[in-house]
Amino acid sequence: MAGYEGKAFKWVGTRPVRPDGVDKVTGRANYGADQNLAGQLTGRILRSPHAHAKILSIDTSKAEKLPGVKAVITGKDFPQMHRGVLPGDEGVNFHYLSSNIMARDKALYDGHAVAAVAATSAAIAEEALALIDVKYEVLPHVIDVDDALKPGAPLLHDDIFTTGVNPKPDKPSNTVQRVHMALGDANAAFKDADIIVERSFKSKTVHQGYIEPHAVVAEWCEDGQARIWCSSQGHFMVRALTARLLNMEVAQVRVMPAEIGGGFGGKTIIFIEPTAVLLARKAERPVRIVMSRDEVFRATGPAPGSSIDVKIGAKKNGMLVAAVGEFRFQAGAFPGSPLGPACMAAFGPYALAHVTSAGYEAVTNRPLCFSYRAPGAPLASFAVESVIDEIAQKLNIDPMEMRIMNGSKEGTQMVYGPKLKAVGNLECLKAIKNHPINKIPLGPNQGRGLAAGFWFNLGGQSSAVVNIAEDGTATIMTGSPDIGGSRASMALMAAEVLGIDYSKVRPIVGDTSAVGFCEITHGSRVTFATGMAIIQAAEDVVLQCRQRVAAMWEVDVEAVVWEDGHARPAGANAGEQKPLSLAQIAARAARTGGPLVGKAAINAGGAGPAFAVHICDVEVDPETGGVKILRYVASQDAGKAIHPSYVEGQIQGGAVQGIGWALNEEYIYGADGRLQNSGFLDYRIPVASDLPMIEPIILEIPNPGHPFGVRGVGEVGIVPPLAALANAISRATGVRMMDLPMTPPKILAAIDAKK
Amino acid sequence: MSGFQYEAPATVEAAVGFLAGAKGNARVLAGGTDLLVQLRTGAANPDLVVDIKRIGELRQISGNAASGFVIGAAVTGAEIGEHKELAKAWPGFVEAMELIGSTQIQGRATPGGNLCNASPAGDCTPAMFAAGVVCVIAGPNGRREAPVEQIPTGPGKTSLAKGEFIVAIKLPARAKNSGDAYLRMIPRTEMDIAIVGAGVNLTLDASGACTAARVSLGAVAPTVLLVDAAAKALIGSKVDDAALARLAAAASAACKPIDDKRGTIEYRTKVAGVLARRAAVIARDRARS
Repeated sequence: MAGYEGKAFKWVGTRPVRPDGVDKVTGRANYGADQNLAGQLTGRILRSPHAHAKILSIDTSKAEKLPGVKAVITGKDFPQMHRGVLPGDEGVNFHYLSSNIMARDKALYDGHAVAAVAATSAAIAEEALALIDVKYEVLPHVIDVDDALKPGAPLLHDDIFTTGVNPKPDKPSNTVQRVHMALGDANAAFKDADIIVERSFKSKTVHQGYIEPHAVVAEWCEDGQARIWCSSQGHFMVRALTARLLNMEVAQVRVMPAEIGGGFGGKTIIFIEPTAVLLARKAERPVRIVMSRDEVFRATGPAPGSSIDVKIGAKKNGMLVAAVGEFRFQAGAFPGSPLGPACMAAFGPYALAHVTSAGYEAVTNRPLCFSYRAPGAPLASFAVESVIDEIAQKLNIDPMEMRIMNGSKEGTQMVYGPKLKAVGNLECLKAIKNHPINKIPLGPNQGRGLAAGFWFNLGGQSSAVVNIAEDGTATIMTGSPDIGGSRASMALMAAEVLGIDYSKVRPIVGDTSAVGFCEITHGSRVTFATGMAIIQAAEDVVLQCRQRVAAMWEVDVEAVVWEDGHARPAGANAGEQKPLSLAQIAARAARTGGPLVGKAAINAGGAGPAFAVHICDVEVDPETGGVKILRYVASQDAGKAIHPSYVEGQIQGGAVQGIGWALNEEYIYGADGRLQNSGFLDYRIPVASDLPMIEPIILEIPNPGHPFGVRGVGEVGIVPPLAALANAISRATGVRMMDLPMTPPKILAAIDAKK
Repeated sequence: MSGFQYEAPATVEAAVGFLAGAKGNARVLAGGTDLLVQLRTGAANPDLVVDIKRIGELRQISGNAASGFVIGAAVTGAEIGEHKELAKAWPGFVEAMELIGSTQIQGRATPGGNLCNASPAGDCTPAMFAAGVVCVIAGPNGRREAPVEQIPTGPGKTSLAKGEFIVAIKLPARAKNSGDAYLRMIPRTEMDIAIVGAGVNLTLDASGACTAARVSLGAVAPTVLLVDAAAKALIGSKVDDAALARLAAAASAACKPIDDKRGTIEYRTKVAGVLARRAAVIARDRARS
């Protein structure tokens, strides 16, 4: 790997127009629902109206007889998967995955798919759904995580035996797992504390709220191959899971990535693709399924609700002594809740000698709880940062100074194993400390809240190809869906290494048959890991160019250097050669060894953890409980911002989603276990007028694990806002909100209760 | 959504003919901002939909502040918002109409539709209650008029008989030194549905004493409420703090709300008083200016 430290970048760090931008603003870009094949049918899914019910029978005969209906399927049409997790499956329980996509003997939540039809029109498909007769035996259900953990709670599965406890239980329960990680001995260390604050927090399920509903077009071919067009955060994931669930060989499934209208973690798993393939196979025609918004809310993978206890002890001067977090996370109807990541991230901003981070995950009669931007961390951080703030209030010390005093930094031992390398926690804190917002005086009913956040970020497997055209322009291809401007970042990094203009580089997201394997776009990994693959593929091209020029000049390859897009003699000994541009070398490719193709396939380690610190000012209406956000500033360490505008977009987007989570977003269930707000009217994501300017501050503390110093930026921005808002509201009103979301009725009730 | 008969007549008489002759369930389509959503979700399954937007007289605003305005039932929020004289005379009514939905919705939504959707949480309806709007209703027996508060009878239900529909709403002649206001509580700043709404319309005499008042509340009962006791708290007063406190108490006392996903009984009852008081202050200040 070439050394880039101290190098002045030409392209990295600039803000060019995104390569996918024009197609998006003109409407030319193809999203999941935009694919159209000849003879395509409309697929629709029948969903359970019950939270928990035994499926006694499904009679599809009337639907099948309806003119225009070409296929009807139920759980019986899906291959039976092995029960449990097989070695080599990386913890994926394919029986559960398949059963979530189409219910088998039981419907486990309101919205659980029980049958599907493909018909020549949407109206006929809808009519056919109404003709399917499902006989249910309704069972008692459980929605809340604390209820689900209780002995005697309605049991969802007969094969969940809690893992991580000793002895291993001999009876099934809803409790999926016990996670426990610790440093030192927190419980013993509390005796050294001058102050101990212990609080309990609750939160509700929230949805990622991506604008594009899940959509797929599937085609079954007579030779046993399937082709799938869909928007996802990983078409290789779609291919692998679909193939496995349908007992197909992986290479017989080809998945074409569409543009994606938002994912935020919610499109890192499949919900409808195997259904579309089975319908297409049965109907012998292509099938398109597009979820409605109601289906997206009821039957995709929102973030879990939680129940959390946090206990933190400190000295009078604010030095932390010990901390314990007990995190109880909902899974949905199947395991998959991000409990482990929450335990890892909870205390990330603090250097603690004695800390325990532990919890339980329990299945509930809800849709699968899955990944949402820094999965689990916002909830854990909300609880921890609220308690830290309360300690600062009780000790009457500055919450900023308390965080700086205890801040994690290079060398800090993390509870989940590693010691931190160079990170930007203290820099993020100091950037907020020195921001002018702190000098703005607050009026009546106003408060200022501060919170820090941590996310460990991921690396992983990525492939990249750099194809040099005959004129020296480049097409670069990866298999990483672009959910946040990553194509622009890939093109900038390739332009930097190749030494050619950004405009000469066209970045493409290749399909599963066109490019090497790439893991899903998650964990803020793409600009880091896939970017590293792009850098190496471009370096591969540069090396090939130097080799070809060396052969032309009849010198050793070491005698040819690559500078500013040209091969040049390394020094006088290499001879008086005129520099050759990439275009000139490309023009001679046929005579010098054939096409110029650079490749890289890597498993990137060294992802640098991300830190963020947010501060906000709010005003609370003491008579209605309404919260107005007056000002908001967010600092974040990007390592190196490849395209600063898109880093700022990630910071702002994370903050806005966190604000929605803090104030209004929640799944609301009735006593019948049915979701009452499966639409954007009563599931309240923030609208533009709810928000002040979110002022982003990018800090660049290089990640030693990346050639350009990049660390992931996509997720940590959603971690601090929940507590930043709660802390600001606490200081504005004198009441501490420990139950999310902090809606006007809840805040007013808390204010009135204090009077 | 299953199929239905769609008609777009050009006259009131033709519309009445379709509605009166309908076999099964008939619905009137103005802006469609509620009806189209109900069709998509399956909440409405009409056999006949009569679109009234092509009837010329339903698309006009006539009259003036002194004589009273007549607003056709298919006039949109955007058109109401652009009518300067109307906005000057009835700022509370106009603001209430303009609170509904987004810019795009404003291009479609109508006050008549808001009234006949008969949601207790509709924003324009409380403002019309406070304003003392009279509805012009066409039906098989010709035209009749009815006070606005007689139209909604429960969530989604109106007093309109088969074949009847609203062709216009009439705002009364505006006395001088009058003002109106409407406020709602929503968790967001726009694009939302009221947890509580309150409308106040009042007239002051030369001394600043309140001679007439109407107070309405939204989302605290099965229909929008006209709260006489709250109006009485203002009449005869200078709309001072003591009167405002009595108004707030009377408004809260009139609430018969439910607990639901949007708010609690306790919250709605309390905030109804708060919003009525705040709306009265705005209306008073407008009347004074």
